[in-house]
Amino acid sequence: MFDISLLSLTPPGWGATLLDGFANSLTLASGGYAIGLLLGTAGALGKLNGNAFFREALETYTTVVRAVPELVLILFLYYAGTDAMNRLLAALDIPAVDVGGLAAGISVIGIVQGAYSTEVLRGAILAVPYGQIEAAKAYGMSPLRILWRITLPAMLPFAIPGLANLWLIATKDTALLAVVGFRELALATRQAAGTTKDYMLFFTTAGAMYLALTIVSSLVIKMVERRVTRRLAVAHA
Amino acid sequence: MRLSARIAVILCAIGFAPLNAASAETVKVSWAAEPYPPFTSPDASGKWQGWEVDFMNAVCTKAKLDCVITPIAWDGIIPALTSKKIDLIISSMTITDERLKTIDFSDKYYDARAAIVGPRETKFDATPKGLKGKLLGLQVASIHQRYAQKHFADSVAGIKEYQTLDEAQQDLVAGRIDAIQADSFAMVDFLKTPAGACCEIKGYAAKDESVLGHGVGVGLRKGETELKGKINTAIKAIRADGTYQAITKKYFDFDIYGD
Amino acid sequence: MLDDHTSAVVHEPSHRLMSLATPQALVKPALLVLFLALIGYYGEWNWIADYWRLLLHGIAVTLALLVSSSIIGFVLALLLGVFQVTGPRTLAWPAQAFCTIIRGTPLLLQLWMLYFGLGAVFAQYPEIRSSFVWPYLREAWPYALAALVFSFAGYVGEVMRGAFAGVPKGELEAARAFGMSRRKMFLRIWLPRAVQRVLPVLTGEVILQLKSTPLVATVTMTDVFAVVAKVRQDTYLTYEPLILLALIYVVLTAILARLLRLCEARVTGN
Repeated sequence: MFDISLLSLTPPGWGATLLDGFANSLTLASGGYAIGLLLGTAGALGKLNGNAFFREALETYTTVVRAVPELVLILFLYYAGTDAMNRLLAALDIPAVDVGGLAAGISVIGIVQGAYSTEVLRGAILAVPYGQIEAAKAYGMSPLRILWRITLPAMLPFAIPGLANLWLIATKDTALLAVVGFRELALATRQAAGTTKDYMLFFTTAGAMYLALTIVSSLVIKMVERRVTRRLAVAHA
Repeated sequence: MRLSARIAVILCAIGFAPLNAASAETVKVSWAAEPYPPFTSPDASGKWQGWEVDFMNAVCTKAKLDCVITPIAWDGIIPALTSKKIDLIISSMTITDERLKTIDFSDKYYDARAAIVGPRETKFDATPKGLKGKLLGLQVASIHQRYAQKHFADSVAGIKEYQTLDEAQQDLVAGRIDAIQADSFAMVDFLKTPAGACCEIKGYAAKDESVLGHGVGVGLRKGETELKGKINTAIKAIRADGTYQAITKKYFDFDIYGD
Repeated sequence: MLDDHTSAVVHEPSHRLMSLATPQALVKPALLVLFLALIGYYGEWNWIADYWRLLLHGIAVTLALLVSSSIIGFVLALLLGVFQVTGPRTLAWPAQAFCTIIRGTPLLLQLWMLYFGLGAVFAQYPEIRSSFVWPYLREAWPYALAALVFSFAGYVGEVMRGAFAGVPKGELEAARAFGMSRRKMFLRIWLPRAVQRVLPVLTGEVILQLKSTPLVATVTMTDVFAVVAKVRQDTYLTYEPLILLALIYVVLTAILARLLRLCEARVTGN
């Protein structure tokens, strides 16, 4: 029933194209995840320490992103995001930038991830015993130093389960970029399936690739979790 | 390296390039990111090929444009053009009065008819009466959608809209729809494939230029008269020097330009 | 548009008005009004007059899919959870594999696999094509519903596994000491205790499910997302239809969250 030769790495096999799409998915997921972490850290700190206006703005960001389907956000940011950004830049008298498909895709995933990271990190920072931060303040550490040396490392064990989950979500959310025509694994699969009409073969293969990514990620996450909790146990002993 | 400099390098590397004067000749050409043979479809190595790919290369060479291919989903291709994500649409897009309200077009570069295709075992013709009670499939945001809405909506059992034509073809083969309305050249190509053996052309939709438009053209933003001039000159030039005919011969055994 | 929304603020009950009087509390409504006024003023919205019927129909389709897939998915999830905790190996193993596969692959791919992949396979068999189920299998909704059900069941099944395993052994032993039958023990003690424990997670999953529904538009279903997609194609507007769509989902999520919280309070209150 399956014509496996269609998966070979050289034409007429589509294997190389699928792998290429998979690489794109990985780039999107890791780039978006990294941007999400940056936005999330800034957002969490802003929510905890910022002024009222800032807090409300961040609250709106996280609420809207978490209430609107990712697919809608992706359509919006992909088509309208660049335009809106360039209009803003023009208003500030900065020359427009040309945002390529990959950059737009990474930004889109990053902005979505950022909202969820904000909540995860905010919760984790709140879980850090306040005495530790106060002690650091008493030592006369600068706020930035406290963040880097105390708050971030201390909150890590609380943040890891949530952040790990976000990574798994990021890898799967990349598939939504197929809907705007960005050739990551899902679109490469659909193009291959549409051209060869061998839908089951290609969808099964792509499914196996996503599943492998999830399983490998989960193993790595478990290792990291074990290491962090062990270090935590030592620190508490 | 300082952090800010490093970030700038990374941003450039992933595609946030500043638009400067030197890149003015670079234009982003887009077609639908879906298999649409024989005009634009990815081959097994992921490279795009077909009549329109060759046509684009010929036009870009003639017009001395540095064309970068940026495929995008068909249903978002006009918003992508107006929001400057892309600069040219070369995606078998028909010049219609409706679209001309939003974007501009070059002169036409080919002209297809609206074909109605159905399974061989059922007999019907391409009229509202023939399609009575049938489930008609077509591509979203196409001239066929508007045409069917206007002429067939009252007689068919339903109109099913697909993101891409290859999905509609797949469902025709699977028997989930009874007929497809689409551009004749794309359908003829499909009927030649093993999957397409099930079906045949039942006829052509009766003329209605207000919906079916005036041939296929290159889509551009309004006001880009200079670019439009370059493209029109290039189309004329490749038709005059035989490049157009040579490309057409590779994919068709007749002239697709129309009259 | 501006007038409408300022008046909405004024019409709040008086005790709310008091709390709104502080500058901080006014920031959010002010931002919202400003935002709505801006998009109302700059945007082009006359298309709503032509499409509101379709939009309402789309919202109905979205909600119908959400409710049916959540309910069926939950029943399936209970089975998946129970099988994994107590079931014989022959059932526990496939249940776990099912959850892993569903949670490990994108829903979009699962949906395409069911609609285009499985649909094409079905069509190859004349027995199926001539059977009484074919008129249903021709349509898109069975595949869309199945994909949403499987997805919900996969995620919630994993949650329920933990929930069933987490019910204190003592409670079950006490029930057994009372001479309850296995069935009765499951229905009276184990199931309600497990569901109660994970109720907040379940309500979260239902909201996530709402956010998954627009994917069905890619397999020719006309939910609210597909209707807005049609508006985009007909009007060539970039911003306005998507802004309306985002607003619709925000409102639906807010209503859904409130309803679920009410249910939650009632269940835990008992």
